[in-house]
Amino acid sequence: MNISLVATESEPKGIKFKDVKEGQIVQGTTLVKRGFAHMQKHGVIMDVTTVEQAQIAEDSGAVAVMVLDKLPYDVRKAGGVARTASIKIIEQIMDEITIPLMAKCRIGHISEAKMLESAGVDMIDESEVLTPADEESHIWKWDFTTPFVNGAKNLAEALRRIEEGTSMIRTKGEPGTGNIAEAVRHIKNVNNDIRKLNSIYRDNDDLELIKFSRDLKVSYNLVKETARLARLPVVNFAAGGVATPADASLVMNYGCDGIFVGSGIFKAEDPEQRARAIVLATTYYDDPKVIKEAQKLVDEKKSLLGLDTKNLELRMQERGPSI
Amino acid sequence: MNELKIGILGIQGDIEENINSTKESITNLNLKGTVISVRHPEEIKNLDGLILPGGESTVIGNLISLNGQIFQTIKNRISNGMPVMGTCAGLIMLSKKVYDKFIGQTKQQLLGVLDIVVERNAFGRQHNSFETNLKIPTLGPVPFKGVFIRAPIITNVQDNVDIMCSFDNKIVAVIQDHIIATSFHPELSLDTRIHELFVKKVIDFKKSYN
Repeated sequence: MNISLVATESEPKGIKFKDVKEGQIVQGTTLVKRGFAHMQKHGVIMDVTTVEQAQIAEDSGAVAVMVLDKLPYDVRKAGGVARTASIKIIEQIMDEITIPLMAKCRIGHISEAKMLESAGVDMIDESEVLTPADEESHIWKWDFTTPFVNGAKNLAEALRRIEEGTSMIRTKGEPGTGNIAEAVRHIKNVNNDIRKLNSIYRDNDDLELIKFSRDLKVSYNLVKETARLARLPVVNFAAGGVATPADASLVMNYGCDGIFVGSGIFKAEDPEQRARAIVLATTYYDDPKVIKEAQKLVDEKKSLLGLDTKNLELRMQERGPSI
Repeated sequence: MNELKIGILGIQGDIEENINSTKESITNLNLKGTVISVRHPEEIKNLDGLILPGGESTVIGNLISLNGQIFQTIKNRISNGMPVMGTCAGLIMLSKKVYDKFIGQTKQQLLGVLDIVVERNAFGRQHNSFETNLKIPTLGPVPFKGVFIRAPIITNVQDNVDIMCSFDNKIVAVIQDHIIATSFHPELSLDTRIHELFVKKVIDFKKSYN
């Protein structure tokens, strides 16, 4: 089996049975939802706000687009409340591109999520880039037929979101900063904890595993599955601060399955070349010759200037429920 | 016979899943062989068989066409008889002609070696994706679990193409000589029978030139 199917919910409401001429089909299963995320692997998912940007993204090799009202960089500048994108824009983009379309909803905002599901978006990002709607809890994602992606800055957060039914994890990083440091920190956090788990698993020390799960505040089954796999049980992407081809290569080398790029492309002055270069660097992440060629396609003077993550007014990674 | 050498096109998509299924198939058939991810023309030149995995066909087409070498090498090898299998995006890559159910014509690169016409996103968007039990006579009476993810269907085949599986009046798997293509993802099922079918074609090919 190539997709881990350990699930916390035994009868998810998101599963739908339909009769067809030759038997029955089943939609919204763990396999179909996580399977969708697996199809994004080794790819670059690009944040877009307009039809024009979505077309540039598709033409330069994006594996999917993420539709927002404002790019994270502009969310920081604008202040106020950041909400899900207009349905009109989402529908316009759907009519123009053939690759999957994802959209963000506010953390805990079940109605925004239901609305996005009914609009037909292919994946919903319950995202800290938008202003959280619920400070106590996330969405119970097993209720949806559409798969979700969630951010995590450590293993505990990642496994809790998987328990709630998410089909894909991304690092939180610090979106809109053009600074890769926080994403790197989050990837390493997760990797280090998984390494510990795996060595406990190989020692057959179940008692240590259950202590680990108590520490992380997640179920023993999920911890054991993660320990056995020596990786997260769902696809894991890097996000929050990718700005150059070399950034993409760096996070892929740390074992990420793919990349989200937010402000890094359309807040740079050379979006088309940069999008193409980041795609190339993601596929050939471990080949320095190709990374050099990809980096040549972009001009550092045109990169998003970026922000120091230490002096931010808004730390997006700290938003939302703590459990 | 020397060890088999099978490549999975390692550009984008579920590459590792296909590597695992192929390795398992080789073991099940009591054979020896290596299965690797390939991203450079020189790696493709000495393969005994190639799998184009699931993923996004626009992305894979885009990247193999960047420097025409990968594209041309794959095309030449297939024309010279090397067995190839495409699942979902891979099926689209192999086809002669493709259109999107909603958008119509797409301007993507195709290898054009399989004489079929393909409709992309034929079942709709992700919330319409599904799994179901398929009847595939070539594989015997036990049904095969088909995992369809934003899957394409085959709307037209030429006479030289054998239909391997139809579902709900739609063609979802075909064989043309040494080319196997499925609109679902056999690499996501527990079942390796389709990958084994492909490995058997690879053996035949290897025998033919040894």
